[in-house]
Amino acid sequence: PDALCERDKVKFTVHTKTTLSSFQKPDFSVPRQHEDFIWLHDALVETEDYAGLIIPPAPPKPDFESPRDKMHKLGEGEATMTKEEYTKMKQELEAEYLAVFKKTVQVHEVFLQRLSSHPVLSKDRNFQIFLEYDQDLSVRRKNAKEMFGGFFKNMVKSADEVLISGIKEVDDFFEQEKTFLLDYYSKIKDSTAKAEKMTRSHKNIADDYIHISATLNSLCAEDSTPNKKDLWKLNLAFFIHLQKVEGRVASDQELKLTELLRYYMRDIQAAKDLLYRRARALVDYENSNKALDKARLKSKDIPQAEEHQRQSLQKFDKLSESAKKELTSFKGRRVVAFRKNLIEMAELEIKHAKVSSVLFSLCVSLAVCS
Amino acid sequence: MASSADRNPPPFPASEEPEPELSDMADGDSDEGEDIFVSNSHPASVSRGVCQPEEPADLFNEEATAAQPNGVHSDDDDLFAEAQADLSSDPSADSPRKDLSCPSGPPLARSPAALQPTSLEQLEEEEEAKDSFDVDVAVTNPEKVGDGMNAYVAYKVSTRTSLPMFKSKAFTARRRFSDFLGLYEKLSAKQSLHGCIIPPPPEKSVVGMTKVKVGMDDPSSVEFVEKRRAALERYLQRIVSHPLLLQDPDVREFLERDDLPRAVNTQALSGAGFLKMITKASDAVSKMTIKMNESDTWFEDKFQEVDMEEQQLRKLHAVVDSLVNHRKELCMNTAVFAKSMAMLGNSEDNTALSRALSQLAEVEDKMEQLHQEQAGSDFFVFAELLADYIRLLGAVRGCFDQRVRAWQRWQEAQSTLQKKREAEAKLLWANKPDKLQQAKEEIGEWEAKVTQYERDFDRIGMTVRKEVLRFEKEKAKDFKSQIIKYLEAMLQSQQRLIKFWEAFLPEAKAIA
Repeated sequence: PDALCERDKVKFTVHTKTTLSSFQKPDFSVPRQHEDFIWLHDALVETEDYAGLIIPPAPPKPDFESPRDKMHKLGEGEATMTKEEYTKMKQELEAEYLAVFKKTVQVHEVFLQRLSSHPVLSKDRNFQIFLEYDQDLSVRRKNAKEMFGGFFKNMVKSADEVLISGIKEVDDFFEQEKTFLLDYYSKIKDSTAKAEKMTRSHKNIADDYIHISATLNSLCAEDSTPNKKDLWKLNLAFFIHLQKVEGRVASDQELKLTELLRYYMRDIQAAKDLLYRRARALVDYENSNKALDKARLKSKDIPQAEEHQRQSLQKFDKLSESAKKELTSFKGRRVVAFRKNLIEMAELEIKHAKVSSVLFSLCVSLAVCS
Repeated sequence: MASSADRNPPPFPASEEPEPELSDMADGDSDEGEDIFVSNSHPASVSRGVCQPEEPADLFNEEATAAQPNGVHSDDDDLFAEAQADLSSDPSADSPRKDLSCPSGPPLARSPAALQPTSLEQLEEEEEAKDSFDVDVAVTNPEKVGDGMNAYVAYKVSTRTSLPMFKSKAFTARRRFSDFLGLYEKLSAKQSLHGCIIPPPPEKSVVGMTKVKVGMDDPSSVEFVEKRRAALERYLQRIVSHPLLLQDPDVREFLERDDLPRAVNTQALSGAGFLKMITKASDAVSKMTIKMNESDTWFEDKFQEVDMEEQQLRKLHAVVDSLVNHRKELCMNTAVFAKSMAMLGNSEDNTALSRALSQLAEVEDKMEQLHQEQAGSDFFVFAELLADYIRLLGAVRGCFDQRVRAWQRWQEAQSTLQKKREAEAKLLWANKPDKLQQAKEEIGEWEAKVTQYERDFDRIGMTVRKEVLRFEKEKAKDFKSQIIKYLEAMLQSQQRLIKFWEAFLPEAKAIA
């Protein structure tokens, strides 16, 4: 199956093409909102059966706050800037808006794609409903109580995690994975933050170039001496281009590098959650063992305890097996994604730099001749 | 080029003055005396050279050494060699000398007949020589001298020159910042009366200097010293490239003397400092009250232009400043990111990816360096250029003000003259012969003053015009060269960027 997202205001259009017989039609699309995605994700997480799987992380809420703020500030500062400068800045902001939007769509799309490519999750009933159901899902948003409940659950979970992390791990593979993932998570979180800062600096510089080119423009317009005018015009052209390039570099960098890091940060969180669930199951199993022993001692309720123990063991084994599979595939996936994005980023940087250097050499030769 | 025309007379009279003495000396002196002076004296040397074959050897010796002060740097040895060659090929004195004067054109014309055409050549040669620097000034080696609050930074001012008015060809002197300011004070006191544009020195900065004094060795104070050094160098270079200012004995003294008297009246908190502030305030007030009726629209237009340009440059400077700051920020962020990437690469277990990530960290590190250099270039080439010109435009405005003041003086003198005439008329009517005589004398005095001031005003007007034109030409040249430098720096950084990323690409592709 194939999922395609198109945007319409804050709604998404999920367009599916499929060859599976479980769906009614081979080709259909439904409108969805961000909250629907979240609902789907939560539903999957809460399903017991999927405890052994890494649920792809939910896409983050589309963040149009930052460009909206800037637009507002721009409107306020309109009086101080020349008309050209204002139009330029507005264009720049619109481009940023577009970039944020593209990013959001991409993230949501990736979520759905991962679900659909997963052998088990793609058969999930909820997922199918999500793709097919014609009308608005009208997902009841979590009211305050549920929110609070969710928050509380999270806290319990993290406390639990700490407790569980002390459990002796039976399997070396998982022990390794755990250490690795924990370490990697903290590092990647750090890198993401730093990458974000770097991208922001790039954007600032691009903005500066807009201002410079605007000032040069007005200088140029007023200056009467012909030779200086040419020089300023030259400068102007150069800075305008520079700004475009710089801005593009910044957004590319953001998309490839920062987003990559961000996404994998969340993915690793999901992997950690898997490990947690497994550890939980292990604890359950051990507890049931203890209960069985106690029962045997007391010679009471033995069959129940045995049943319980067998069940938890089964659960634990199944969980471990699928966890192993998932983690290995996760590793492979991660490597591939990094590779792709790094290559693309490098290629883009080279392209931009080449274009810039051509322009600069042109400018230099023009300046020398004039 | 009017300015170079001014320059030519000095060497000439210098060479011509010895002549009358020479003709005296040439008659009855020893051979040595003739040899020494013969290079400067044109008619004398001819007569000498013709009848004494040994002398030409010495003559050409002297010529060779005398050639140096006249603005030809590297031609000295060639001249001598040519002289030797010519001497050996042709014993007669006339033609070798003529050959000599043609290739290098220094004022060594031998025959009076040849004097005129070669003097024209000379003029052209000297004009060209003026286009390039006859005086090269560099400010280097800032060193901290002394300790505590009395510490200061001494700069080495080295000059290389070929002009005759300096005692030697290359010399250095140690100067401190207040010396530069003192020079500026002296120059503006004298020269601005003629309407010259005096380049202003970099500003005093109490904060910056205190940091240096206290001995903090952090990068910001190093940067501050570097910024100041570069600014001082540009300041001196502008002064020496100005033909009139170069003539000034104060400038020469500044460059040559080993020890300058401490220019105390440049200190901010001194009595002289306060006096300056008061005079500045009173000037501002008088400017506002007296409005000059401008007869020459050229001046008015120019003034408007200068004003607007200054405003625009100020705005541009502010924006470029923020660019510099942001780039510095980018630098910092990139460095931090590179480190974090390196750590990530370390904890990655897939070896190829780990290697790629560490490579990425290295690339980002190199980028940080690039950005650092770029920021430096932004600042030193672009921002400082703008700042300099903002201050220079202020100086241009000062120039215009001088002219206005000259006009004021003239007008005042005229009104005084008017009053005196009225007084005279009254006395005439009241019939007091003795006072009448005095009044007539005063009238005569003031009439002279009026004509003097009027002439002054016109002269200032002309000088200002000349100066402004020259300034504009210099400015266009300056801007062009700086912008080219800046563009080239950016071009280079982009090319290096390409190299870095191209080196990274195969690594990224190699991730299994």
